[in-house]
Amino acid sequence: MIWNEAIECMRRDEMRKLQEMRFKRTVERVYHNCEPYRKRMQEAGIAPDDFRGIDDVAKLPFTSKKDLRDYYPFRLLSVPMSEIVRLQASSGTTGKPIVVGYTRRDLGIWSEVGARCFTAYGLGKQDVVQVSYGYGLFTGGLGAHCAVETIGGAVLPMSSGNTEKQIMLMHDFGAVGLACTPSYALYLADAMKDSGIPREEFKLKVGAFGAEPWTEAMRRELQEKLGIKAYDLYGLTEIIGPGVGHECACQNGTHLCEDHFYPEIVDPTTGEPLPAGQTGELVFSTISKEGMPLLRFRTRDLTSLNYEPCLCGRTSVRMNRILGRCDDMLIIRGVNVFPSQLEAVICEIDELEPHYFIVVDRVNNLDTFEVQVEVKAEFYSDEMNRMLDLRRRIIHRLQSVIGLSPDVKLVEPRSIERSQGKAKRVLDKRKFN
Amino acid sequence: MLIKQLSVFLENKKGRFTEVARLLGEAGVNMSAFTVSESSDFGILRIIVSDTDRAVDVLRSNLYAVSLTDVVCLYCPNQPGALARAMEIITKAGIFIEYMYAFAQVDSAHVIIRPDDTKRCVEVLKANQLTLLAASDLYKL
Repeated sequence: MIWNEAIECMRRDEMRKLQEMRFKRTVERVYHNCEPYRKRMQEAGIAPDDFRGIDDVAKLPFTSKKDLRDYYPFRLLSVPMSEIVRLQASSGTTGKPIVVGYTRRDLGIWSEVGARCFTAYGLGKQDVVQVSYGYGLFTGGLGAHCAVETIGGAVLPMSSGNTEKQIMLMHDFGAVGLACTPSYALYLADAMKDSGIPREEFKLKVGAFGAEPWTEAMRRELQEKLGIKAYDLYGLTEIIGPGVGHECACQNGTHLCEDHFYPEIVDPTTGEPLPAGQTGELVFSTISKEGMPLLRFRTRDLTSLNYEPCLCGRTSVRMNRILGRCDDMLIIRGVNVFPSQLEAVICEIDELEPHYFIVVDRVNNLDTFEVQVEVKAEFYSDEMNRMLDLRRRIIHRLQSVIGLSPDVKLVEPRSIERSQGKAKRVLDKRKFN
Repeated sequence: MLIKQLSVFLENKKGRFTEVARLLGEAGVNMSAFTVSESSDFGILRIIVSDTDRAVDVLRSNLYAVSLTDVVCLYCPNQPGALARAMEIITKAGIFIEYMYAFAQVDSAHVIIRPDDTKRCVEVLKANQLTLLAASDLYKL
């Protein structure tokens, strides 16, 4: 099923015209209404008139995650606060989140793209959809919520946690769709099994999973364990939230809502645009948003784009699986983790040397997160209880800051490699392909 | 009557103890007794050696985390009930034992005890005519 056939199946040349028209308007909007963008364009010697079409995209300045932090909280807004009707935020490195403001029209766009996603998954107005993404500042919960309402489905706004109740209501209310992170879905799969309720008593058919990278192997596992079709629901807070892209019944790439979010692939080092089909860093420009339009936002995600029409009938560009990230941010169990956050905590703990090493892996499709730390010589205790207690305290401190509980491993003195230059502090063994 | 015990922090990895034993051997240090207390990813090796200072030097210069702890070494006849008697004395005195380990020979047994109050433990055991070994005695065994 296709929500907006006119757009999703539009001829490529027409799509390009639509994108050009919207992109031009966005360039004008940010130039005239957002000081950081105006300055940056002036510095680069570009006026809005110099942007004549898609071929001129490379002339425009990039936006980085750092910009969103530097202009915290509202300096990247292109409208006055009176026009903003919603604020959402995601985690950042230093405790300050990244803030996004939406106008009423932006929320309409968000609902529209969300509706395309859930329709592509085969859901409709007859279906109960359980939203088990967290509700709140995180875009996951409210994003999926409005999408389901838009297609006329019945939203079951569970948020995350309280697993027993999730299973009970999924069963009693006959939820057909489940929207959550893939790792939480796996957790729920086990809980369904533990509940003792036979699978055939559940109506669940479809999963809309996102907010963390996941693999084909994980899809197989989710589909098998839950007895459903598992689809990618792609999104970034900076761009709009979940709804930037979605898979279709073909499960062969993530269709991007490119009439609102213009994608490019660039060389992650030089920033030069790469030819279609090549792997590089994914960059998005929002071309219809009013509240906080972003020009050429660098996602740091590595992937490639496929412009071939899909067997489902859509002509929209498809994003291949994300291969990894080109900066140091780790997404572990759906949570953004920056090594610098861990560093700050570790440096505050008296008993620890300021050295650490992070090992991330995926075992049975769940992320493992190990942090190796060295105890200062004078704090090594002869008593096991004291060492275990120290480890517990470290875990607690890290958890309270990053929101995830790492497996802390106390290692021998000087066993963590010291580096003269840029320290290698992370080993991410996960394979996203 | 107190004995210096070395405690060495070791990661649970293949060959860690082997290396400690080799380093001490090369330095001509003998081990009289040892025990390992382990958790899932690290262990604490506790050793009584013939030359504490030398052992500490060798291990620290090889970057091991080594600490010194005072322990008590109790002599018991290697007979049924001998340990029970000593333990009753310690318990009655309200002394808590953090950990202990033992080794027995033909007719004698030696128990190394790490009490929460070392001084008092020594006093109580002595007052009850139990034999405690000095470091020099133990190293000769």
